[in-house]
Amino acid sequence: MSKKSYRQAINEALRSEMRRDPDVIIIGEDVAGGHGGSGEPGGVGGVFGLTAGLYKEFGPTRVLDTPISESAIIGAASGAAVTGMRPVAEIMFVDFVGVCFDQIYNQAAKFRYMFGGKAKTPMVIRAAIGAGFRGGAQHSQTLHPLFTMVPGLKVVMPANAYDAKGLLINAIRDDDPVIFLESKVLYDSVMEVPDEAYRIPFGEANVVREGKDLTFVAFGSMVPRALAVAQTLAGDGISVEVIDPRTTSPLDEDTILESVEKTGRLVIVDESPPRCNLAADVGAMVADKGFRSLKAPIKAVTCPHTPVPFAPNLEDEFMPNPRRIEEAARAVLGYA
Amino acid sequence: MQLSRDDLKRAYRSMFTIRTFEERVEKEFSLGNIPGFAHVYLGQEASGVGVCFDLSEDDYIGSTHRGHGHCIAKGCDVHGMMLEIMGKEGGLCGGKGGSMHIADMSKGMLGANAIVGGSPPIAVGAALTQKLKKTGKVAVAFSGDGASNQGTTFEALNMAVVLGVPAIFAFENNGYGEHTAASYAVGAPSIAERARSFGMPAEVVDGSDFFAVHQAMGRALERGRAGEGPYALELVCSRFMGHFLGDPQGYRLPEELAQARANDPLPRFRKGVIEASLLDQSDFDAIETAVHAEVDDAVAKGMAAPRPDMSTLETDVYVRY
Repeated sequence: MSKKSYRQAINEALRSEMRRDPDVIIIGEDVAGGHGGSGEPGGVGGVFGLTAGLYKEFGPTRVLDTPISESAIIGAASGAAVTGMRPVAEIMFVDFVGVCFDQIYNQAAKFRYMFGGKAKTPMVIRAAIGAGFRGGAQHSQTLHPLFTMVPGLKVVMPANAYDAKGLLINAIRDDDPVIFLESKVLYDSVMEVPDEAYRIPFGEANVVREGKDLTFVAFGSMVPRALAVAQTLAGDGISVEVIDPRTTSPLDEDTILESVEKTGRLVIVDESPPRCNLAADVGAMVADKGFRSLKAPIKAVTCPHTPVPFAPNLEDEFMPNPRRIEEAARAVLGYA
Repeated sequence: MQLSRDDLKRAYRSMFTIRTFEERVEKEFSLGNIPGFAHVYLGQEASGVGVCFDLSEDDYIGSTHRGHGHCIAKGCDVHGMMLEIMGKEGGLCGGKGGSMHIADMSKGMLGANAIVGGSPPIAVGAALTQKLKKTGKVAVAFSGDGASNQGTTFEALNMAVVLGVPAIFAFENNGYGEHTAASYAVGAPSIAERARSFGMPAEVVDGSDFFAVHQAMGRALERGRAGEGPYALELVCSRFMGHFLGDPQGYRLPEELAQARANDPLPRFRKGVIEASLLDQSDFDAIETAVHAEVDDAVAKGMAAPRPDMSTLETDVYVRY
């Protein structure tokens, strides 16, 4: 056990799974990097450095640099997966999913059901998500609702380094296609992470903080934000329970419903445009299955219905920030 | 490559099975016994059979929306196929796939694919597996002239060259992508030339001539099995029917349709083989009798079979909400 960043935890998960299983391969743009240049290949390890060092250890048959061809990357990963490999594909920024979404939702996601249960597609698609990086409208989205609504896909949003490692190992050993969404604002967040391999199962929420007055449900990088607001409110004697579902599909409905049964109040924090997102989805689920528990309307803290703006002041206000989360919490607590 | 009498019988049986199967699909569709819609492979039999003839069950193919012929050529069970197309219990995909999604992993059939240009990237992945596991096997991406215009196909062609995988791109140019002619929609002088420009050998082949297809595929297979990389074939053939069953084909003149029928790959095969004294008419008669019986039986069993059990609606997914 030692302190590791979210980035190191992901790199460690990839390395340990590649050592354990020769069928695990990495495929994507610049995952090794430098091929065909005047220097040595392998020194890049992805634009965010997530695959750093893996080419050196495993070589060109395990860490495959590709052209900038996302459809072919995802197609190659799914074709390799149904024929016996266990690929981990990287599409860098999740925003680029637009050019390869057919290969995800029409192809890989459907094989198992459409072929009557006779195809197994064990693949992971890793992508970086989220605003707060001054990346502009085409490098800053989250897009987890797009994946969550597709039957056949599992969708993972780790909120800390410990979860990132355990969830990624679980994803690689899973026999269905898994979308693994890494919050880029968390890449440098640090915590204690075991050196050995461990799995965190999908569909098991993490109760990050226990409380009795109000429930926060937050996803990915919104979890530390929600936790910070919970700590602020504790100073006023308000006890907030913070739940991180970890996976948006499968979704741990029970943990959310049990919490709302205790607190009677729910605020959902989701870095996403306001319609058809996880806040709307979880809110509808609780209104349906936990109606009798509610003492106040459910509040959602989301982004406005706009592309992600570039200017720092606009982007900071675009994201669910502590002020907006606290306002929502106080509105729910003050409902009579 | 010299084909034995048994080889010739196997080739004809496969082509005639496709012919008979598709004619029955057409009939049963018109009678309302097949839900949805269907795209038949009539006229293209020599192409699919020529490509698949020397493939083993451990070689892979990805197919198209017009995939019944590829399935049969790759060895899929016609009973399971008919059940699937009719949406019945016991279909190759349990009735969950239908005409455009027939797959059989045990035969190396990665699925018909209803997205034009869907298969080439997947075949690159299947070929990547063969390269990494050093199996000496290949993966074939069947696609049409229509798919040759898709960006996914361009990506797959380039990726196959870059990764050096044993993918074989079998472009069946039947002259039409849906209802628009290849002569209009394919900007390059030929699909083979386009594939060649990505950096792989490619050839234009008479796709109505089983022997020409088989020989060209032999060259592609030799390169693939030797680990030398991808290959492309442009198989020029004719689609007897419209894009889908019921397409009135007002965009094709009667002379063109007559010309397509005149170039029918099955009589061409029979004539050539009989003239070469390799098989005689009685050999063909015996095959045709057996195939008719098999397809009749598949239809009868398909008609008698029940719909899939309702309990299967939510199986083969990882979660229920």
